[in-house]
Amino acid sequence: MSMSENFDRTEHGAPNGAAVAAKPFPDAPLVSLAEPGDYIALLKPRVMSLVVFTALAGILLAPGPVHPVIAFASLLAIAVGAGASGALNMWFDADIDAVMTRTKSRPIPSGKIAPNEALAFGLTLSVFSVFTLGIVANWLAAALLAFTIFFYAVVYTMWLKRSTPQNIVIGGAAGAIPPVIGYAAMTGDVSLASVVLFAIIFIWTPPHFWALALVKCGEYGRAGIPMMPNVKGADRTRTEILLYTLVLAPVGMLPWLMGFASAVYGGVSALGGAGMIWLAMQVYRKREGATADRTAMQLFGFSILYLFALFAVIVAERGLARVLA
Amino acid sequence: MRTVALTDPRDQKPPQRVTLTPEQLRARSRRNIAIGVSIALLVVLFYLVTIAKLGPGIFNRPL
Repeated sequence: MSMSENFDRTEHGAPNGAAVAAKPFPDAPLVSLAEPGDYIALLKPRVMSLVVFTALAGILLAPGPVHPVIAFASLLAIAVGAGASGALNMWFDADIDAVMTRTKSRPIPSGKIAPNEALAFGLTLSVFSVFTLGIVANWLAAALLAFTIFFYAVVYTMWLKRSTPQNIVIGGAAGAIPPVIGYAAMTGDVSLASVVLFAIIFIWTPPHFWALALVKCGEYGRAGIPMMPNVKGADRTRTEILLYTLVLAPVGMLPWLMGFASAVYGGVSALGGAGMIWLAMQVYRKREGATADRTAMQLFGFSILYLFALFAVIVAERGLARVLA
Repeated sequence: MRTVALTDPRDQKPPQRVTLTPEQLRARSRRNIAIGVSIALLVVLFYLVTIAKLGPGIFNRPL
């Protein structure tokens, strides 16, 4: 039986079932006490910052002059689109957010914002961001943004997340696409270079999330989310983390090997890739007790640093080249 | 013939109103300010985008 069969639907359209008690969070008050900060929290600002950073790399990869106002407005529209899909994710996932320590203080499970308000907020921003990007940049970029919002909110959140341990592998495409949208916004086209940046984030996502899932396995299980460790087991997860990392390290070096990033990038990606492989091997070897958890969290933390470093080098050298040109 | 019962307006109860607490008023005020600031920034952004996209051609239109 698939995990999704454990769930039925409430009147809010939110999943509900054996693993999660009926409406496990308080109702929002009739007269709202929500602050602007609560609505900003709905947009998942930390995810937005990653989207802005990777989309900026895509924008700066574009050949030819880039108008700063158009680039800024496009980046803002992409960021708001990503935030909108975050709000839709929080609306749908409020029931499971309420039972996980990491997410129970989010605006809906904490009763600060009513679910239907979050839904309206997410839908409004989705439409607004897509049309703004279409008018400011072009309709290819807008279509890609619309597809990304749909893929994250509907395909990942409503379907994959609760039905397969491959959820974050396939769903990772939504988080990987911002560089492609950024490039498309400036050129009206999709290039191999932007697809390579997509591939780096796409292959980086499984070892990054599964390292965390190894530690938070119990929480995901209680919330009824089929993550790799609680469906296939921790040993299989460690093997998959190592395999994905072995693919990630050379893919991470592609921008240098293909000639659209400098030797500095080549050095950073080689060192970072070696660090990722070493940590993934440690996670593979250390399987018991607190040491295993600590090693998994080290890989989780280092994976963030690795991805940040790769894109920071691209943004810095491309940005510098434009300033000096 | 259909008859309509007339009631004395003085007998009608005043409409029920919600009196907001100071906390609710403060939260509403902050939300309104945030919406206002967002709209103002959007106006500026769209103005700048219009200038950036049209450039000098902004004045090049038939009268």
